[in-house]
Amino acid sequence: MFVQPKREKEIKPSQERQQRNTSLQQLGPKNILPLGYKCPRWPIFSPYSFSLKTPRSTLEQSRRDSRVRQTGERRDDDAMEAPQSSLRSALVFSFIAIAYLSLLVRSATLSSPELQILNAERRIDLTSHIIRVYLTLKVENTGAAPASEIFLAFPPAQVDHLAIVKAAATFGKKKKKSYLPLDVNPTDLPDAPNGAKCFSISLVSPLKTGESVTLEVLYILSHSLEPFPIEISQSESQLVYYHDSAIILSPYHIKHQTTFIKTSSPKVESFTRVEPSDRVGTELKYGPYEDRHSYSFSPIIVHFENNNPFAVVEELVREVEISHWGSLQVTERYKLVHAGARHKGVFSRLEYQHRPQFSGVSSFKHLLATLPPKVHSVYYRDEIGNISSSHLRTNSKKSELEIEPRYPLFGGWKATFVIGYGLPLQDFLFESPDGRRYLNFSFGCPLAETVVDKLTIKVVLPEGSKNPSAVVPFAVDQRIETSFSYLDVVGRTVVVLEKENVVPEHNSPFQVYYNFNPIFMVAEPLMLASVFFFFFIACVTYLHMDISIRK
Amino acid sequence: MAASEGATESNLRHAFGNVLSFFILLLIGVLAFSIRLFSVIKYESVIHEFDPYFNYRVTQFLTKNGIYDFWNWFDDRTWYPLGRVIGGTVYPGLTLTAGTLWWILNSLNIPLSVETVCVFTAPTFSAIAAWATYLLTKEVKGTGAGLTAAALLAMVPSYISRSVAGSYDNEAVAIFALIFTFYLYIKTLNTGSLLYATLNAIAYFYMVCSWGGYTFIINLIPMHVLLCIVTGRYSSRLYIAYAPLVVLGTLLASLVPVVGFNAVMTSEHFASFLVFIVIHVVALAYYIKGILSPKMFKVAVTLVLAVGLVVCSAVIAVLIAMVASSPTKGWSGRSLSLLDPTYASKYIPIIASVSEHQPPTWPSYFMDINVLAFLVPAGIIACFLPLSDASSFMVLYIVTSVYFSGVMVRLMLVLAPAACIMSGIALSEAFDVFTRSIKCQLPGVSQNSQIDVGDSTSGSVVTQDEVVKTDKTEDSLKERPSKKNKKKERERERENVEKASIKTPIQKRLLVLPLESSVIALLLLVLLGAFYVVHCVWAAAEAYSAPSIVLTSRSHDGLHVFDDFREAYAWLSHNTEVDDKVASWWDYGYQTTAMANRTVIVDNNTWNNTHIATVGTAMSSPEKAAWEIFQSLDVKYVLVVFGGVVGYPSDDINKFLWMVRIGGGVFPHIKEPDYLRDGQYRIDSQATPTMLNCLMYKLSYYRFVETDGKGFDRVRGTEIGKKHFKLTHFEE
Repeated sequence: MFVQPKREKEIKPSQERQQRNTSLQQLGPKNILPLGYKCPRWPIFSPYSFSLKTPRSTLEQSRRDSRVRQTGERRDDDAMEAPQSSLRSALVFSFIAIAYLSLLVRSATLSSPELQILNAERRIDLTSHIIRVYLTLKVENTGAAPASEIFLAFPPAQVDHLAIVKAAATFGKKKKKSYLPLDVNPTDLPDAPNGAKCFSISLVSPLKTGESVTLEVLYILSHSLEPFPIEISQSESQLVYYHDSAIILSPYHIKHQTTFIKTSSPKVESFTRVEPSDRVGTELKYGPYEDRHSYSFSPIIVHFENNNPFAVVEELVREVEISHWGSLQVTERYKLVHAGARHKGVFSRLEYQHRPQFSGVSSFKHLLATLPPKVHSVYYRDEIGNISSSHLRTNSKKSELEIEPRYPLFGGWKATFVIGYGLPLQDFLFESPDGRRYLNFSFGCPLAETVVDKLTIKVVLPEGSKNPSAVVPFAVDQRIETSFSYLDVVGRTVVVLEKENVVPEHNSPFQVYYNFNPIFMVAEPLMLASVFFFFFIACVTYLHMDISIRK
Repeated sequence: MAASEGATESNLRHAFGNVLSFFILLLIGVLAFSIRLFSVIKYESVIHEFDPYFNYRVTQFLTKNGIYDFWNWFDDRTWYPLGRVIGGTVYPGLTLTAGTLWWILNSLNIPLSVETVCVFTAPTFSAIAAWATYLLTKEVKGTGAGLTAAALLAMVPSYISRSVAGSYDNEAVAIFALIFTFYLYIKTLNTGSLLYATLNAIAYFYMVCSWGGYTFIINLIPMHVLLCIVTGRYSSRLYIAYAPLVVLGTLLASLVPVVGFNAVMTSEHFASFLVFIVIHVVALAYYIKGILSPKMFKVAVTLVLAVGLVVCSAVIAVLIAMVASSPTKGWSGRSLSLLDPTYASKYIPIIASVSEHQPPTWPSYFMDINVLAFLVPAGIIACFLPLSDASSFMVLYIVTSVYFSGVMVRLMLVLAPAACIMSGIALSEAFDVFTRSIKCQLPGVSQNSQIDVGDSTSGSVVTQDEVVKTDKTEDSLKERPSKKNKKKERERERENVEKASIKTPIQKRLLVLPLESSVIALLLLVLLGAFYVVHCVWAAAEAYSAPSIVLTSRSHDGLHVFDDFREAYAWLSHNTEVDDKVASWWDYGYQTTAMANRTVIVDNNTWNNTHIATVGTAMSSPEKAAWEIFQSLDVKYVLVVFGGVVGYPSDDINKFLWMVRIGGGVFPHIKEPDYLRDGQYRIDSQATPTMLNCLMYKLSYYRFVETDGKGFDRVRGTEIGKKHFKLTHFEE
């Protein structure tokens, strides 16, 4: 256990910013452990992860944040202040961990191919409550061995909210750019410090020494805008914090990097300055920074106005029922919540209706659901009946259902509802060459710009179908259930797919394959017919029989 | 040879008639069901009104937790802080019925929700009630009258008002139970079969389970029995029809928790026991009369009468003393207000405050039973020729129900089946007479076919009467009942043939009317029927289908839907703490517990007058005092319904006087005159200061003036009196 005096010093509040920007590796202890030492997994608290979710820290943070708002010029230093002296004991552990980790980074880099990033550009889109980050990396192999994998690193605070990571290699010049999607998988890099999580991008062809490749990475964060103040009244607009690092966290050395942050409105209360940084309108620019070491980190906070609907579906259950008689019945049960700043005080309907531009700007009244074309028998209701405020627009490309909850949703308010619709079967059910049938349906939530915390898709196959298997383009939990519907005898097979933290980018098609014998289609009508037949037979027999005892 | 030919022909005709009437009944069932679906088509499949929401909630509990938990259910969501024992205070018939339906459907893997089952329970049972009406009227006056009465009942507006889809209330199943109990009683009376007597007791049990109106049965049947005895129509069939009903019925009724010992303790049931004693005395007398010679019998009568009178007067004196010692004389408030229509308004404002407990107006008679009101007297006359046990029962039924419906609007529902049966009888008799006279005079129709016509409608009626008569002769001969049944059937067959050939021509010649007049009369009758149908469809579609939870208004740019009730309830259910208490006037209690799932202070089961008065007092007190009252009740939210902006008339301001009255009934410092200016209820600048300062006024009109700048109340049609004020103790 190595507790470096130097590290102790670092967590002191009055620490210089310059020192922080230095890479973790530089700050690491010089003690050398034997090679191959496995890094134990510590319960690491990074001093830089501001979204530590202990109540104490949020309290402190808010205190600190309020100071940020008050003082204009000093705010950078204040914001940079190491957060928690109270968490010191935890930090001691974490620095021990850092000591090991940074050590191991060295040892690891020895064995793995030496890569470096020539140019990195990051565009962070904060316009809605779903944060989309577009990362363009130009990676060069400077080592001796060819590299087949490129790693991306994320701070632990972001990893929890990371909904999706996509990567593509680009070829060609601007005009004739072509993209080649690449596989992205979460991995554990043994040398990642502070619980930073890594994703590996598998290249199609290994990168040889001296060659370079351009990668486009898109990753999406949900629940990463933190409203501050936590409670607002009806007339106030909503301000949120965004935490990130000015410098891209990467396991590689980055030669040249820039970060652009696009906010939803030009009203930015404050942002951490890491020179050179600049703001023009709704765009913040960090960088360009030159020659940053691997795992460099420089926390920033952007405090800005965001009145977009923070529509979060806490739980969504989509039930897709296949009937081979020609229809697909979809039922979606929503538990919607407004995840923005909590509503404080009274709600005045009068003000809300008379001055919509000033009152309840962060609330939302309606949501837009994009449904497949040719949708029919749409209903929108909750447990106490139909909700009369909805509009359906259909055209040949898509159907749009505009729904309004029973009341406008303010921060923290909840609503539950059910949307159901029927679809023609021939648009979604196909026969694969090997004789199996498969359903091709869209994963994800049809509501625009919403995050789904827990999505469950239940595909109810017709009675008598066998060997179901689901093909989903990303990792989901799968299981099989049995449900009973109209006059079922053996029950229907239900393929259940579960995924957490779903964003609109997950709306890609998935397939469920199964075997089905068409004879089962007529089983239930036959059953009904025979029941009636026997009933009438029984009646006729009864009428023609004399069952009296006495003649 | 001719006789045998006639026999096969009539058999065929009977089979054909049976199939025809079966299909007619099926169609009547479909009609009864579908005419009640206007509410679902125009609005949606949702539970209506207030009480149905409670029943729905109880059904949900039943389906979720099972029957045993249901009996022991203590509901802490209502009547805070008292709570309510649901299992012991609710008529379980409806919930058990719907719960059983749901269970059956679900065990057949038909996944209907509890709500759907509840919504469609009432239409289903009204179809069944129409069939029960057919059976009852058939027992009284034959198949033709039965079919007519069933068709009339299927669409009588009074019954529709209580049984549209979604109106999930006790009456929905209770009317079926009522008619079916009467049918079984008449059936027992006509056949003297003990099987039907037992079934009758069970049907009565179902009625007791379903509705408090069962006291109507247990008083009407003894009255009829008494009538029969007094008019010298006592028979063993009457005994079989009555005695098992009282014994079994009372035993079964006391099994229902809500009735319990009331089945023997309260005065509502007293008449049945008295008649029970009387019928035994009479039975004994008839028995002795059968044994003794006429001379000896006279002696015995004088002896028994002398002793009996003394004993009876002593017993009656004791009973009267006991009954008189209790303040309400053993009657419940609602029954008392039936006997004395002015009782409720004098003593119990809470009963009087319910609009359905008010006496009806003449237009409401026309609205609810329409042309039946004119056909009823004709039906009564038809019942007197010839008067049988069954038809005398119907006459008694119509007379009493007319009285009860005159006292309470709600009991119009009891009148409706009686009116339908009477009108059915009247219509079918009239049709019978007219068609027969037309057939008689039509040239070129063979004698044979005339016989057919006569048989198909009137023949069965005549047969029925004849059967009754034969039964009587059989009784006097003291034959065994089982043999009697067999014999009766054979006799009926024989009689059918005979009557067709002999009796009808004689009757026909008696009742022949001129051809033209009968054709015109027929047309008029058809026109009358058409009027009735048009009125019923209109009533079902327009008047009685609004679920009251969703309001609609038509304006120049289409239909507007006001869904504010559910908006409020949904908000309460999702955005308040689970244990928060909501105070509102008791009308909204059931809905709040069912839809918002929050604890309420008072609800529509108005069992505790003081508690309601407390809320009434709070609503009519100044703000500070009200705040203290609500604070003492842990109330966190106050729900107030205000319709001044959109013009919804039944809001809390219009109910406010009742709050004052009920509050003032318990807490004397609330005085009604304080809220009235010169005896008038007004909310404008002329209103009294007490009125302008009470909580209800303030909550309703809080910031109201900002909506249009003037504060114009569209319901009351006036500007409000006090415009700019602030709430100090309550938050919006």
